[in-house]
Amino acid sequence: MKILTGNDLKTGSVVWWDGEGWSLHVEDAVDAGDRAEAIMAREEAECRVNGPYAIDGEKTAEGVRPAHIKDRIRALGPTVRPDLTLKPADPNAGNWVI
Amino acid sequence: MYKYDQYDQAMVDARVEDFRDQTRRRLEGKMTDDQFKPLRLKNGLYLQLHAYMLRVAIPYGTLNSRQLRKLAHIARTYDRGYGHFTTRQNLQYHWIKLEQAPDILAELAEVEMHCIQTSGESIRNISADHYAGAAADEIMDPRPWAETLRQMTTFMPEFSYLPRKFKIAVIAAKEDRAAMRWHDFGLRIVKNDAGEIGFEVYPGGGMGRTPFIAYKSSDFVPQHQIFSYLQAVLRVWNRNARRDNIHKQRMKILVHELGEEEFTRQVEEEFQHILTLGTDFPQAEYERIAAYFTPPPFETGLPDEIDRSDPDFAVWVDQQVAPHKAPGYAIANISLKPIQGIGGDMTAEQMEVVADLAERYSFDELRVAHTQNLVLPHVRKADLYAIWQALREAGLADANLDLVTDIIACPGLDYCTLANARSIPVAQKIAERFADLDRQKDLGELKIKISGCINACGHHHAGHIGILGVDRKGTENYQLLLGGSGDEETSQAKITGPGFDEAGIVDAVERAVERYREIREPGERFLDTYRRVGMDGFKEAIYG
Repeated sequence: MKILTGNDLKTGSVVWWDGEGWSLHVEDAVDAGDRAEAIMAREEAECRVNGPYAIDGEKTAEGVRPAHIKDRIRALGPTVRPDLTLKPADPNAGNWVI
Repeated sequence: MYKYDQYDQAMVDARVEDFRDQTRRRLEGKMTDDQFKPLRLKNGLYLQLHAYMLRVAIPYGTLNSRQLRKLAHIARTYDRGYGHFTTRQNLQYHWIKLEQAPDILAELAEVEMHCIQTSGESIRNISADHYAGAAADEIMDPRPWAETLRQMTTFMPEFSYLPRKFKIAVIAAKEDRAAMRWHDFGLRIVKNDAGEIGFEVYPGGGMGRTPFIAYKSSDFVPQHQIFSYLQAVLRVWNRNARRDNIHKQRMKILVHELGEEEFTRQVEEEFQHILTLGTDFPQAEYERIAAYFTPPPFETGLPDEIDRSDPDFAVWVDQQVAPHKAPGYAIANISLKPIQGIGGDMTAEQMEVVADLAERYSFDELRVAHTQNLVLPHVRKADLYAIWQALREAGLADANLDLVTDIIACPGLDYCTLANARSIPVAQKIAERFADLDRQKDLGELKIKISGCINACGHHHAGHIGILGVDRKGTENYQLLLGGSGDEETSQAKITGPGFDEAGIVDAVERAVERYREIREPGERFLDTYRRVGMDGFKEAIYG
C-alpha cells in the first residue's frame, strides 16, 4: 500500500494521511493508491502539510507500518529516548520499529 | 570574551525581525516551502526526522554563564528540556516548532547569540582550540583571530553564495585539539624567526563522502594579511568550483582536481592582486577585538598542589584536568559521555549547574569542545574538589576523557533525515561493553567516532576506530575503520573490510581493541600500534 507522510507546517510534527486529514499516528494511515500525487499537491498548496511524500507501507495486525526503517523511526520517535516517543508509557511500543 | 557593539546588536536584532516576517508569511501560505527553505536554513532552522531542528552558533566554542542559562531556558521553554552539543562546537535543539522559532531567535539575541551561518552555502561557525586562552602550550589566544575572521566573513555578499559550505578552524599550539586539517581552511598561528606572528595555512581538507586532509599552502602569512589570503582562496574556489554537481562542489574536490601546486599558484596570484587593493582590516580594528580577549585577572601565589586524598576525585583529576598556562590554575574538562547516556546531550538543569560553576569558578567562561564535551577553562586548582562534587551531583563527573567510552557520535537515524543508520545506540552499546574504568584506563587514549551516513558529522574518518553506518537493503549496517586521527599527525581511517550488523560491530570493535592489547608495545596507544603494524595486524583478529 502507498501511504502519505509529511510534517505539520507549524509544529514540524510527523503526520500521516488518514483519508480526511493528517494524523500523528501511523496506525491511522490509509492507502492513497493512485490519488497520492493529487492529495499531496492539494494539501501542500493549502499549507496543511509540509514536504509530503509517498512511501510503501503494509497492514499488520497492529496497524499500518512503514516499510523502511527511517519512516518507522519517524512514526514513533527516537529509539534512544522512549520517553519522547508518542507512547512513552508503553515499553513495548517500539518493538516493531527496528 | 567578545561583546557585541551597537552595530552587532542592531544587525542580529534586524535579522530576527526579518525572520519573524518571513515565518509569518510562510505560515499564512504567502510563501511556498521552496521559497522559505533557503531563508530558514540561513537562520539555522532545519526540518529533521521528528520536528524542526535549530542549530545555535557558538563562535569558536566560547560561552559565558548568561548564555548557557539562556540555552537552558530555551531547552525548557521551547524544546523538550535538553540540547545536543555538536562536533562543530554548536548546540542543536531537536524539537522546535516553526511558529516559535522567531521568538527563540529573539531570546538568543538578548544574550548576543544567533543561528546565522549554521547552515547553507556559507562560511560556517569558525571553530578553535577549546583550550584557547588557557593552554600551556599555545603561542597566543587564537580567538581574537577567529572573531576577526567571523566578523569579516559574516554577511559579506561575496561569501553569501559560495559553491558549498566552508569550514574554518584556528589553533595556536603545536598540539591540534581542533582537527584543524579536516577543515576547508585550517590556520595555525606561528611565530617566525624574527618573532613576528603569522599563520601557517592549510586549505583543502574536509570529511564527508570524499575525505581529504588539508595540505600546507603557506608556511607564513603575516597576520594582518590573512583576510586577503582567505579572500584569495575563496575566489579561486568560487571561480573554478563544480557548481554543476553538488557532490563535487566542496573546495577539497577542487584542490584535488587542480592539484596542490596549481591551486597554490592560483591563490598566490590572487593574493598578490588583492594585497594591492588594501582590503585587509585596519590594525585598530583587530586591536579593538583582541582587547575583549585580555586574559582574566589570574591570582598569583596560589598553591600548585591538588589535595588528592579522596580517591574518586583523584581518578577524575587524572583524566579530566589539563595543565593551564597560569600557575595554580587548571583546565577542567566536563564529560558529556555518561555510560548509559547520549553523547553531547545535556539537560536544562545540567546546563544551569555548569553555568553556575563557570560563573563562580572560571571567570564566567566555558567552552564547547568538538568532541561534544564542555570545558571550564580557568579554574583554581584549589577549587577543583568543589567543582567535582557539584558535577558529580549533576551526573557530569564521568572520568573518561579521550578513553574508549568518550565516543563522538552524530545524532544518526534517531534524529537526522540524512542518516542511513543509528549512531547513538551503537555508541551506547560500545560504552556499556567497556564500562569498567580500569579496563578503559588500561587501554589508554582511544578515540572512537561514529557517523550515521557518509556526510561524516561523527568524524569517523578521524577516529582511531571509526564506524560508518550505511543502509544495506533497508537494514542498518556498519563499516569499521581504523587508523584515523584529527590531531597534529592527522590521518584518514581505512575501512577494514565487510560491514557488520548492530551487534556485530560492537563485537568487532572489541576484537580490534583486544588485538591491540595483545600486541602493543610499552607506551603505545591504539593508534601507535595500528601505525606500526598496519591493517594486516588487525584484520585477522577482526574477521577470524
